[in-house]
Amino acid sequence: MRMSGRLPAWVEYGLLPVLNLLAALLLSGVVVRIMGESPWAALKLMAAGAFGAQDSIGYTLFYSTNFIFTGLAVAVAYHAGLFNIGGEGQAYLGGLGAGLVGLACGGWPTWVVLPLGIAAAAAFGAGWAFVPAWLQARRGSHIVITTIMFNFIASALMTYLLVNVLINPGQQSPETRAFGPHASMPAVSDLLARVGIPYAPSPLNVSTLLALAACFLVWVLIWKTPWGFAVRTAGRNPSAAVYAGISPARATIQAMLVSGALAGCLGVNELLGSQHRIVLDFPEGAGFVGIAVALMGRNHPAGIIVSALLFGALYQGGSQISFDMPRINRDMVVVIQGLVIVFCGALENMFRAPIAALFARARPPAAAPGGSPAVTPSR
Amino acid sequence: METYTALVLLLAATVRVATPLILAALGGLFSERAGVVDLGLEGKMLGAAFAAASVSAVTGSAWLGLAAGIGTAVFLALLIAIACVTYRGNQVVAAMAINIMVSGLAPSLGLAWFNLGGQTPQLERPGQRFAEIQWPWAKAAEHTRGLGFAYAQIVSGHSVLVYAAALLVPVVSWVVYRTRFGLRLRAVGENPQAVDTAGISVTALRYEASLISGVFCGIAGTYLSIAASAGFVRDMTAGKGYLALAALIFGKWRPYPTLAACLLFAFTDALAARLQGVALPGVGVVPVQFVQALPYVLTVLLLAGFVGEAIAPRAIGTPYSKEK
Repeated sequence: MRMSGRLPAWVEYGLLPVLNLLAALLLSGVVVRIMGESPWAALKLMAAGAFGAQDSIGYTLFYSTNFIFTGLAVAVAYHAGLFNIGGEGQAYLGGLGAGLVGLACGGWPTWVVLPLGIAAAAAFGAGWAFVPAWLQARRGSHIVITTIMFNFIASALMTYLLVNVLINPGQQSPETRAFGPHASMPAVSDLLARVGIPYAPSPLNVSTLLALAACFLVWVLIWKTPWGFAVRTAGRNPSAAVYAGISPARATIQAMLVSGALAGCLGVNELLGSQHRIVLDFPEGAGFVGIAVALMGRNHPAGIIVSALLFGALYQGGSQISFDMPRINRDMVVVIQGLVIVFCGALENMFRAPIAALFARARPPAAAPGGSPAVTPSR
Repeated sequence: METYTALVLLLAATVRVATPLILAALGGLFSERAGVVDLGLEGKMLGAAFAAASVSAVTGSAWLGLAAGIGTAVFLALLIAIACVTYRGNQVVAAMAINIMVSGLAPSLGLAWFNLGGQTPQLERPGQRFAEIQWPWAKAAEHTRGLGFAYAQIVSGHSVLVYAAALLVPVVSWVVYRTRFGLRLRAVGENPQAVDTAGISVTALRYEASLISGVFCGIAGTYLSIAASAGFVRDMTAGKGYLALAALIFGKWRPYPTLAACLLFAFTDALAARLQGVALPGVGVVPVQFVQALPYVLTVLLLAGFVGEAIAPRAIGTPYSKEK
């Protein structure tokens, strides 16, 4: 992929993502202008909508939590050289796992139900990722296509289950009854109230801590363990991996299991944390937001936290802005999301090449290979 | 007689559902055969559907709508081609970016321009839509039984775009298998180095293929918004682009088998609509969702090599660079 020599880390992980993001935001501003609104005023309204009040901060962080999970899912697969578009379906199934625990064991003690719910969400998400992973590893079916197909299959399956099997009898809308009393992730506002700090209620719950823990675990797993080394090697050069005694097929399957489990955890935040029942289409495209989040965060957990925060703010700000600017709503956020993927993913070489040329000219060629830390992921 | 009527109506519905699939899949055939993964079918169709409905609503001309639809889809195809061919970006990422962007942009612009919650105005005046064409004697045959009824329902009574789609299948087959362009197109998807060595530009071929795909998606999207329905609604394509891609894979990247796959998928779709809540003898009520998921399940099984084998063009997905 790389068009020229290694760039200093601050360029690779600071300047380039910022440039890409600025290009995306600039173009979004043009779109807002075309729609007849002032981009600057829109930006201010969005920022106020995302961070202006206690509950809006809560919502922002709640959405960010979803995006951390799906962003990590895309990133882990990416390091194994795989593009997992199936985050949406894996999150949907993960929610089924969490929800079934919530429905069946909601009366059990909290310290049993919640870990069980998290485990079920991860297991169901991983299970849904397993089939495309196995087909890629053993039968050579292209994982991009199979994960897309599995999104549609997941959607059909969940609609079937919610309409025909799990629906709360005697009601019209396709959703289950509420979970048992102990199957809810503690809300942050409740926890703060317990220590005497009043905080406006919002869906923000302790799943956010789970997401941050997942970030740390992914960082350890990918860069600090032999397993991560094997996965990255298989991802970058499968034939070299074979010579190093690594099975690319096994790396593919295992990385996708981790990826699916991470996506599945969205169900914990969304259902155990907020909805307290299984509802139709609750991932609401978060699986696809994960693609933008991972690309913008350079597939590194630290970057993913930052970009998930940005997208959380965009989602919350985007739903608030329509009160003041009726012409703009959350669809505009989807546009920004697409543009971020364009500039951070598809056109990443556009800024890289001229900047790399600039650096090559500024530095004598002999000094070029050194001078960059090796801990950070290289691509 | 009852079953016969139902069957004829089912087949007529199949034709209508299959048309956008056929058009999009044929478009995808060009770019995929040239070695560019065409996940962007969905976004190109959606963009075209919105542009066609908007222009037709404003100008009152379906043909101008078609031109706008094609123009928009070609523009989007050009964006993807610039990212994938010129900048050698990841083809999957570029296409997903366009799909996501269009799914937000269409309702956003719709809201700003028409203030109808993201939709375009209903197209009611004559000339704003592609009307159904009545074939000779179809009106008289409609009330007959037997073949006359089938003629009136299945052959006659579709918009011009449906017949265009049907005609394009042999045309595409001829272009891909019988012309010099087709030979080069197939070669560039299998072995771009060889094509380059023969002094033919890989870049130009891939751009041409992408733009042709844009034209086809433009017609497909136009069909959705101003022939099959009377205006654009949010997320109108609803995964049809991905379904067309599945049909293309199911048809092993060949025109006629792709046509067959589109018809099969459209048939299951039409069947699902008809089977809603109907109890079949011996089976009971078949859940609609199972029938809806069937095309995707079949495609996965095919890709897995459990039903036949789907071998993609060998160079698909890899950007070509001369230096390597």
